Amino acid sequence: MSALVLSPSAALEPPCRAKPLLARLDPRSRVLAALAFALLVVCLRSLPAAIAALMPAILLALLAGLQPGPTLRRLAALEGFMILTLLSLPFTMGGPALFSWGDWHWGLEGTRRAVLILTKGSAIALSVLALLGTLELTELGHALARLRVPPRFVALFVLSARYVDVLRAEYARLRLAMRARGFCPRASLHCWRSLGHLLGMLVVSSLERAERVHAAMRLRGFNGHLHLLDEHRASGLDWGFAAALAVTGALLAVLDLA
Amino acid sequence: MTPLPLFQLHDVHFAYEAARPVLKGADFMLHAGEKVALCGANGAGKTTLFHLMVGLVLPSQGKLSAFGAECRREADFHAVRARTGLLFQDSDDQLFCPTVVEDVAFGPLNQGCSRPQARALATEALDLVGLSGFEDRVTHKLSGGQKRLVALATILAMKPQVLLLDEPTNGLDRDARTRLLRVLDGLPQTLMVISHDDDALSALTRRRVTLENGLLSG
Repeated sequence: MSALVLSPSAALEPPCRAKPLLARLDPRSRVLAALAFALLVVCLRSLPAAIAALMPAILLALLAGLQPGPTLRRLAALEGFMILTLLSLPFTMGGPALFSWGDWHWGLEGTRRAVLILTKGSAIALSVLALLGTLELTELGHALARLRVPPRFVALFVLSARYVDVLRAEYARLRLAMRARGFCPRASLHCWRSLGHLLGMLVVSSLERAERVHAAMRLRGFNGHLHLLDEHRASGLDWGFAAALAVTGALLAVLDLA
Repeated sequence: MTPLPLFQLHDVHFAYEAARPVLKGADFMLHAGEKVALCGANGAGKTTLFHLMVGLVLPSQGKLSAFGAECRREADFHAVRARTGLLFQDSDDQLFCPTVVEDVAFGPLNQGCSRPQARALATEALDLVGLSGFEDRVTHKLSGGQKRLVALATILAMKPQVLLLDEPTNGLDRDARTRLLRVLDGLPQTLMVISHDDDALSALTRRRVTLENGLLSG
């Protein structure tokens, strides 16, 4: 039988590096911490407190061992999303103008508000990237289940996480087959129709796959309950982390009210 | 007196669309300990026959008995499914849990095992297919061959008496195929295999049944 034994390390996963601090926390703590931190930051009203909130967010990113390049790109994507609001605020909030150009007045209050939104958004995004972005989707599913999120949602989440890759592979295969026959996207009716067929085919094949998966689940006695085997325990590290977060939160709140 | 067959199909008819019947009065018996190859052209209805045997689809006419009891409704098949393991053509259809151990333990947990029992059964099944140590791996990140073996383990963990294998070697490379065949060859279960891989069929089976024009012969 020995020839049959496969080595678990033969997989396509990246080699395991030394685990950063956040990775040693119970995933539940990370979900709760992300939620608590985001709620707190959303409630901040003063600019100094919002800027101060960036500090723990950056610290979390460091503790999670996030790569600077991709992280900044993701933040830039988020800020690009907000840019219209940020640019229009100084012109629309009124109040004393910082400088004027004809009828256009760049207002102080609007600038303050824009910077506030930018810093708060960045702090939340950074903390979520650090706390949740580094979790495996399966770990996140387990954590949600143990946080008593309704089982139906957890099942939906876990199954989506499982099959999104399969769907993506199916999409990639179909796209490749199209390219192999000389398809290149253009703004033409033919192109839109072909992409429509591609999407339609994906929907149909996903539906069929869902039926086959459900059949396989029924064969193994599925009765609406997805069993998760997970033995994470909260350790001293988690309590220490929670305490540090609580102190940080309290300091931010005091700074905000001062 | 010969012992009662595990599966007995008598004059079974089935059609997905009335105009194109798949089975037109199929008769078939599967006895304990048999190793049967199910042959037939693409689209002949081989997979459908497997699905009928475990009640995923119901015959429009005819009689189907499994393990000595006649099966007519969905509820009649619950006991059949616990004793019959069906391996799907595409393992991605079969493995839906986040981690390997959860997937393998899913069946036993549904059968009412406690968590430690289910875990032990899962470990044992993974051992049997040569995948010890794969418990906490993420299912969708496995290779095709590993997925097929895990899918087999999910079935074996339920301790079935009969295995229905739908193209088990399909899409596997030579090493994975050899590994799978070696595992299958060592299993004591009654076996029924659909395959176009003649070498695999002659290695695994001793009786050949052909499905043609909606009828079973051989």
